[in-house]
Amino acid sequence: MKPAAFDYSRPETLPEVVDLLGNLGSDGKVLAGGQSLLPLLSMRLAAPAHLVDINRVAELDYVRSNSDGVRIGALARHSSVERDPGARVVQPMLSKALRLVAHPTIRNRGTTVGSIVHADPAAEMPTVLCLLGGTVFVESSAGHRQIEAAEFFQGPLESALVAGEIAVAAFFPALPAQSGVAFVEVSRRHGDYAVVGVGALITVDDDLRISSARVGLLSVSATPLVLDLTDAIRGKSLDSDLSDAGVIAREAAEPEPDIHASADYRRHLVGVLTDRAVREAAAAASDAALAAEPHAGSSQP
Amino acid sequence: MTEQLHDVTLIVNGVPLKATVPGRRLLSDCLRHDLGLTGTHVGCEHGVCGACTVLVDGQPMRSCLLLAVSVDGQQITTVEGLAGPGGELSPVQQGFRDCHGLQCGFCTPGFLTTITAGLADNPAPTADEAREMIGGNLCRCTGYQNIVASVLRAAELTRDAT
Repeated sequence: MKPAAFDYSRPETLPEVVDLLGNLGSDGKVLAGGQSLLPLLSMRLAAPAHLVDINRVAELDYVRSNSDGVRIGALARHSSVERDPGARVVQPMLSKALRLVAHPTIRNRGTTVGSIVHADPAAEMPTVLCLLGGTVFVESSAGHRQIEAAEFFQGPLESALVAGEIAVAAFFPALPAQSGVAFVEVSRRHGDYAVVGVGALITVDDDLRISSARVGLLSVSATPLVLDLTDAIRGKSLDSDLSDAGVIAREAAEPEPDIHASADYRRHLVGVLTDRAVREAAAAASDAALAAEPHAGSSQP
Repeated sequence: MTEQLHDVTLIVNGVPLKATVPGRRLLSDCLRHDLGLTGTHVGCEHGVCGACTVLVDGQPMRSCLLLAVSVDGQQITTVEGLAGPGGELSPVQQGFRDCHGLQCGFCTPGFLTTITAGLADNPAPTADEAREMIGGNLCRCTGYQNIVASVLRAAELTRDAT
């Protein structure tokens, strides 16, 4: 299993990358971490004429957090994002989902933006980007543009990027106040692609009742499936029955069968995992709301 | 059309080694075929089995998922670089010997490199953390119990040595 021959360039600045990609057009392919691309090359499922290796473009290696969210450069490895103290606080769903991306050894090389561009419907980070309503930043010789997550994923392994473009960063909005997140999945073996995965983002009001509930599903459709379940569980608190969320999600999902799981089993998992994710996220949201309460500090000595 | 070739220098186990390779040469193949270092084993060639794991600037990575040309100039540690200058076993190697952490030995180079980096990161792992540490490496012989024991033993040996 060896890749087909290709030409190779290793530019060191973003303008050089953009120039190269502009000249190469559809012959050019960006190599970042390569943890998805190299297997495709080795199995000869892909045979680009020219690889543009961005591993020396230091300006793309960053994780920047502020109160709006987390911006991740195209060369930031999963492991750097996972461990970034600022990112953990501003948007905890990143590290929760990244723990489930393959194995630590893969995360040492693979990049978060690369995983998004790869647009695998069984991957975690595209679903996280869609669930949070993030943005992809794109550069080309024609200039720059931003693509909203909902428009970025067009089909399995198909993004909205066109020839000559490079995704230079992804932006993940911050966790809103009084909110919590969870990310759960079932896979055949630890580190495998998920049979089904579910991320949840729940917000509660001052009385700790759910005011907003969204989930993102992976491995159930050609692109990440985001569902707004607010109507199913609005006004409920953590100690009430939240199972309507799972029921609605199960009805909304139309998974395909494959060698790993039947459609029925996947649908079943959607229900079970949605329940789990919603409960965990609601608990985290309640904790966040209690911690932020103005009276919380009054009893301190 | 003749294939484009690239001169690369890899710092393998502290020694700069030169090779001339096409862009498509995997690091695993470069180590084994161009540089003659056959300690790195190639199992699945698509990043699943972990047998080819080496350390790149100290971090474990799959050498079958890296192009040699892409890591030009970087520090590579292979299983050949783990033992001391006189051939004395490293704590991880000694742990495997003490706890019967290998049988056929095919997967072992990948485990040794992964655990060497893992213990540098977390010198006192619990049994659960040891399992997580080796979660990306497959072994068809041992059933993993003895490998987990080897990780814990290696941590103990490292502690005793300092």
